[in-house]
Amino acid sequence: MPSPKSAYSIPTKRGKLDTHIFVVWVDNEAGVLARVVGLFSGRGYNIESLAVAEVDATKNISRITIVTTGTPQVIEQIKLQLKKLVPVHKVADFKREDKKVIFKEMALLKVVGQKKKIEKCINACKNFNPVILDKTKQSVVIQITALRREIDKMSKKLKPLGLTSTSRTGAIAMTRGSETFK
Amino acid sequence: MPKLLTGAEIVFKCLEDQGVEYIFGYPGGAVLPIYDELKNHETVKHILVRHEQGAGHAAEGYARSSGKPGVVLVTSGPGATNVVTALTDAYMDSVPLVCISGQVPTHLIGTDAFQECDTTGITRPCTKHNWLIKDIEDLSRIIHEAFHVATSGRPGPVLIDIPKDIQFAKASYSKPKKEKKLNGKLHNRFSQNEIDELIKLISKAKKPIIYSGGGVINSGPRASESLRDFVRLTGFPITSTLQGLGAFPGDDNQFIGMLGMHGTYEANNAMHDCDLLINIGARFDDRITGKIDEFSPKSKKVHIDIDPSSINKIIKVDLAIVGDVNEVLKAAIKKINKKQNGLKTSNKQNVSKWWEQIQKWRNKNSLGFVNSEKTIKPQHAVQRLYELTKDQDTFITTEVGQHQMWAAQHYKFNKPNRWMTSGGLGTMGYGLPAAVGVQIAHPDKLVIDIAGEASVLMTMQEMSTAVQYNLPIKIFVLNNQYMGMVRQWQELLHEKNYSESYSEALPDFVKLAEAYGCKGIKANNPNELDDKIREMVNHHGPVIFDCQVDPNENCFPMIPSGKPHNQMILGPNDKEDNKITGKGKALV
Repeated sequence: MPSPKSAYSIPTKRGKLDTHIFVVWVDNEAGVLARVVGLFSGRGYNIESLAVAEVDATKNISRITIVTTGTPQVIEQIKLQLKKLVPVHKVADFKREDKKVIFKEMALLKVVGQKKKIEKCINACKNFNPVILDKTKQSVVIQITALRREIDKMSKKLKPLGLTSTSRTGAIAMTRGSETFK
Repeated sequence: MPKLLTGAEIVFKCLEDQGVEYIFGYPGGAVLPIYDELKNHETVKHILVRHEQGAGHAAEGYARSSGKPGVVLVTSGPGATNVVTALTDAYMDSVPLVCISGQVPTHLIGTDAFQECDTTGITRPCTKHNWLIKDIEDLSRIIHEAFHVATSGRPGPVLIDIPKDIQFAKASYSKPKKEKKLNGKLHNRFSQNEIDELIKLISKAKKPIIYSGGGVINSGPRASESLRDFVRLTGFPITSTLQGLGAFPGDDNQFIGMLGMHGTYEANNAMHDCDLLINIGARFDDRITGKIDEFSPKSKKVHIDIDPSSINKIIKVDLAIVGDVNEVLKAAIKKINKKQNGLKTSNKQNVSKWWEQIQKWRNKNSLGFVNSEKTIKPQHAVQRLYELTKDQDTFITTEVGQHQMWAAQHYKFNKPNRWMTSGGLGTMGYGLPAAVGVQIAHPDKLVIDIAGEASVLMTMQEMSTAVQYNLPIKIFVLNNQYMGMVRQWQELLHEKNYSESYSEALPDFVKLAEAYGCKGIKANNPNELDDKIREMVNHHGPVIFDCQVDPNENCFPMIPSGKPHNQMILGPNDKEDNKITGKGKALV
């Protein structure tokens, strides 16, 4: 095979990948989500999950939570690039392993089947704050809140018991204790 | 109750209050209300280009040479898409542009209306910020904010998309507010500790080098003054990026030439072997660094930049100072003067050995070339152009390719804002319209576009603009009938497979000049070159100069990418090194 020839250097060392959660406070205006998401896709950063909603209606502020992976250098770049966007007020970034921060995702699980299997499912969810949102003779919709990997595990576990559809949110995050991020 | 103005009137009110004198534009259906209003505002002059890309580059040339933001006015749809190249170019090279585009009326947005496109969507990745005006009440505030965003921090392009119905709607006008903070985005927050740390590194250094970039130019003429003081005070050698040329005098002994892919032997070797590297307003571009792993391996690195996201993006540095170049340099100079009582205890002695080494590298004369009596060598042409124009305040623009590198190597700049070139995006066709913009900003100065025949044909239509406004720009075409840089890469790295890099049918540039209504000059051999250049410079009016040069000349020295700084290919004077081995090829 001929050796590659281009006007650019070949990639060299790659660092270790870390998972980080970014919390971004932005002006809630048209196109702001496209700016943030476009920054990620345009610069080749990865988005694992995304959650966004307005959190302050008077100041018109939305809070975007993004889970991403990258080398420490890439994570630093993401933060600095986000801060350059005009509608961005502040950016917080946490490592997934950070004990001072709570991360949660929510999932809605629809199970269709016999009563026995449904009971089994509800039981299996008991560690994840299950709420029964809807129940019929053949089906149930369960809401759980948990970590990403726990929800991954649950979907796998409930598949043979009649899980027919799953709807999940992206992760949202908040620091523990009385402190808030300035 | 304040007087109500139409959107179009508000646009001009804003331009007037922002001190705008020139707009570069092209009319069309969706901006006609704004063009209607033009006649009522004498202080704002409109320059009609021949293609919207030309408007963008002309505004870039205007901005880069004057320090003021360039303003562009285009219509919706194709008008906006045509300006995208220029916006991206300005974004890459940090040029402040404010682009106003027309848009179909609000109620038609999203219906695939005639000449509709998602302008804010298309330009989002190539502007610092953009706005689609949906409410006439926001218009004046947003235009003022746009000027602020374009010119503050690291400058760049912005775009305001104004639907046609908004241009007719009425609202009251509000003046610009002073010192509006944009979510705390102004970065000039370096600390005295950082300056102290810098001084400490400076006083310890034995093999230092200063590497300055376009940030010094963007920081304003005062920053260039500060840079000169700083360099003289420290006695350190200085090299510059392509965009930084002119910030420090090109003919000064402390200046060791441009660095990077086509930089001098001394600059690149000094970068590789130094023990202290001070980056002032540059961004470690890949054309500069070569192979990242082997970039300046033994040095402590300092990075002064106004954009925090430039820090540690490519090269990890030991000391980062985020701030305006001029402010940082002034603080450093003050500290040096205070601490060292002038130059009494400076470390000029420490670096004298280093200067000896640099002199040895210099003796290689890496910019040398084998001149010819028969054919014009392109390097010789640039050198003659320099010698015959250096006595006046000359502004140079370029296209992109070999001629651009030869211009950077052989034309010496002594002042900032005299050198306009497309560095980041590398846009062929930049130079001619940029020269139009430069000449608008400096009507009495000599403006020359050092061009290649392939590049200049991409935006040749702007000659018509130059003729219309009687702009005496000189288009100095180094005509080698090839896309020279492509041909060079093909020769050196692709087995001389000259695939599609030769232009079979070129126009007769002299006749082309005459067709546009300007002067054409052709130089065929070295004997007539000087006289013809004089004829070009002395002609009052635009000129296309067809300089027939050696088609096989390559641009040396050269670091093939993927190689470190100390593995350069030198020119034909240094034959034994002028071979790329099989292994070397794999690396590029």
